[in-house]
Amino acid sequence: MFKNYIQAALFALLTLGSSALFASEGLDQTVNAIFASSTGWFVSLIFAPIPGTSFPWIVLWLVVGASVFTLYFGFVQFRSIGHSISLVKGDYSNPNDAGEVSHFQALTTALSGTVGLGNIAGVAVAIGIGGPGAIFWMILAGLLGMASKFTECTLAVKYRNEYKDGSVSGGPMYYITKGFAERGIPGGKILAALFAVFCILGALGGGNMFQANQAHAQLSGVFGDYPGWVTGLIFAGIVFAVIVGGIKSIANVTEKVVPFMAVLYVGTAIVILALNADKIGWAFGQIFEGAFTGLGVAGGMVGALIQGFKRAAFSNEAGVGSAAIAHSAVQTKEPITEGFVSLLEPFIDTVVICTMTALVIIITNQLMFDAQQGVYLVGDNGHIQTIGDASGVALTSAAFGSAVGWFPYLLVIAVVLFAFSTMLSWSYYGLKAWTYLFGEGKNTELAFKLLFCVFVVIGAAANLGPVIDFSDAAIFAMAVVNIIGLYFLMPIVKRELISYNARLKSGEIKKTK
Amino acid sequence: MTATYVVGVDGSDASHRALAFAKRQASLVGDGCALLLVCVVEWSPYKFQTHEENARRNKQKQEEIKIATERVIEPLLKELAAEGLTAEGKVVHGKAATALNNAAVEANAEQIFVARSADHGLSARVFGSVTAQLVMSANVPVTVVS
Repeated sequence: MFKNYIQAALFALLTLGSSALFASEGLDQTVNAIFASSTGWFVSLIFAPIPGTSFPWIVLWLVVGASVFTLYFGFVQFRSIGHSISLVKGDYSNPNDAGEVSHFQALTTALSGTVGLGNIAGVAVAIGIGGPGAIFWMILAGLLGMASKFTECTLAVKYRNEYKDGSVSGGPMYYITKGFAERGIPGGKILAALFAVFCILGALGGGNMFQANQAHAQLSGVFGDYPGWVTGLIFAGIVFAVIVGGIKSIANVTEKVVPFMAVLYVGTAIVILALNADKIGWAFGQIFEGAFTGLGVAGGMVGALIQGFKRAAFSNEAGVGSAAIAHSAVQTKEPITEGFVSLLEPFIDTVVICTMTALVIIITNQLMFDAQQGVYLVGDNGHIQTIGDASGVALTSAAFGSAVGWFPYLLVIAVVLFAFSTMLSWSYYGLKAWTYLFGEGKNTELAFKLLFCVFVVIGAAANLGPVIDFSDAAIFAMAVVNIIGLYFLMPIVKRELISYNARLKSGEIKKTK
Repeated sequence: MTATYVVGVDGSDASHRALAFAKRQASLVGDGCALLLVCVVEWSPYKFQTHEENARRNKQKQEEIKIATERVIEPLLKELAAEGLTAEGKVVHGKAATALNNAAVEANAEQIFVARSADHGLSARVFGSVTAQLVMSANVPVTVVS
């Protein structure tokens, strides 16, 4: 009965969205109006500022959660990073497990869902509004977020479902249900179902429509303005071929090209930084000074802090619970080992890649700076003025392009591929939430996959601001539910950690190579 | 004392030649010699995979083992049993050279028999063929059959 209600509500919501596919501009506006009036309260609730400040409570929620996990596990992210790297290298892997999902594979698959627009556009947005100081807070949020990932991914492996045919399903839905039941805490099933609903909405919105929309914006920037539904149909066709048609080759190519693009992106950033090595110290000086003074940006230090924390959360998804679904497929007898491995994800995504992007933007002098006053020039819209008035992806593109002329073309390909890869990842996360609610089965799965493809076209074609706002809010709502679950279940992770560390120290767990 | 010869098999004509040579060597030793047929499914823990592939990996691995056992190992074991030779077989995942050597070390084998690798092209030139890697890294003597 409960399932039927959820299914009916979801379909009503989703059909409302999909009707916009064939919509005229007028219908777009109608859909916008309906969404704004029916879901606006939810969006406002999620992004509401703490009374008396402009600080969104949801950002504080994520940061407090990450700080609690950091303290509770004794700064595990700093003490265990060496062991995490050893695990990824396979130093502790059982040779008999060859042929199963390795720690490296679980990590890279999860990274394919997180490394993307957040690292390219998100950083530029954070700097454009919060100034270089935002990067300090972004790095701090990334470092703290490593503890959130550690907690959620350990639980995801511990409480995953392993089916008779050898396939696995895991994630917050499963650990909240099973973990709460194990500890005798009521409400686990309701919380898990709520998470699954938010995950489906987030998958269709932030993980799909937003990506398609941004990919179209990039392509139309290169090929000139053309209807979004063209991009949408092409993308939807390719997504359909992969997730419905099961054409592995496209997914395989994407999964191989995306890491290559990420390496090329970071490699180019390193080259630019190496060529401007004398400015790196100055750039970090701007980051530190801006973190505590704001250097003239709107909102000062708090403005920089909000932007940094917010964009870090968008980028690495620590505490959101999405990556826990990806990490749960690993082959290991010790769930905590995947926790150690997963904490590298925010480090790679935020601390390394986002910092690289930020340094390139600062060093190539894209931001207009008043040397006499020692502050950045802020426009009427509250954003720092940039050369060519660029923002978002365009700002990153301009920064890289000023040093390497051909890079903007490569960046377009990278953005499109990152968007596609993120869509594939979220199609999987959404599907897992869908099958949790409605059960495993070919028809159930096909229904979600078809909906997902329809929403690709909508995302690229329509300018449904309120719909996208709602889906962003849904992704953050996942974090509300997930972190509540993590607070209740973190003693279980602590027990695992103590037991594992004791066995590691005694030599019971040792390197296999 | 029992001597064990490891033979790398993959169902190809070349691997049949390696097995034929190993059989001759084993028959020279007599009853005290056992053959261990090892079929390696190429696998790297550093290969990039999709979410779906990860979720189904365990199932996929079992299917790969079943297929290799049915198509490669079992027919050969039947042949060897009919000829009165003692033999076992196993399917392992990993890099061929490493997996064959590991199997030999685990079984305390005297020797490994493999066919000359059919690797060509740039990667074989740069990184060396499977056979070359095995010859260079093995802990026991290796016989390469052309």
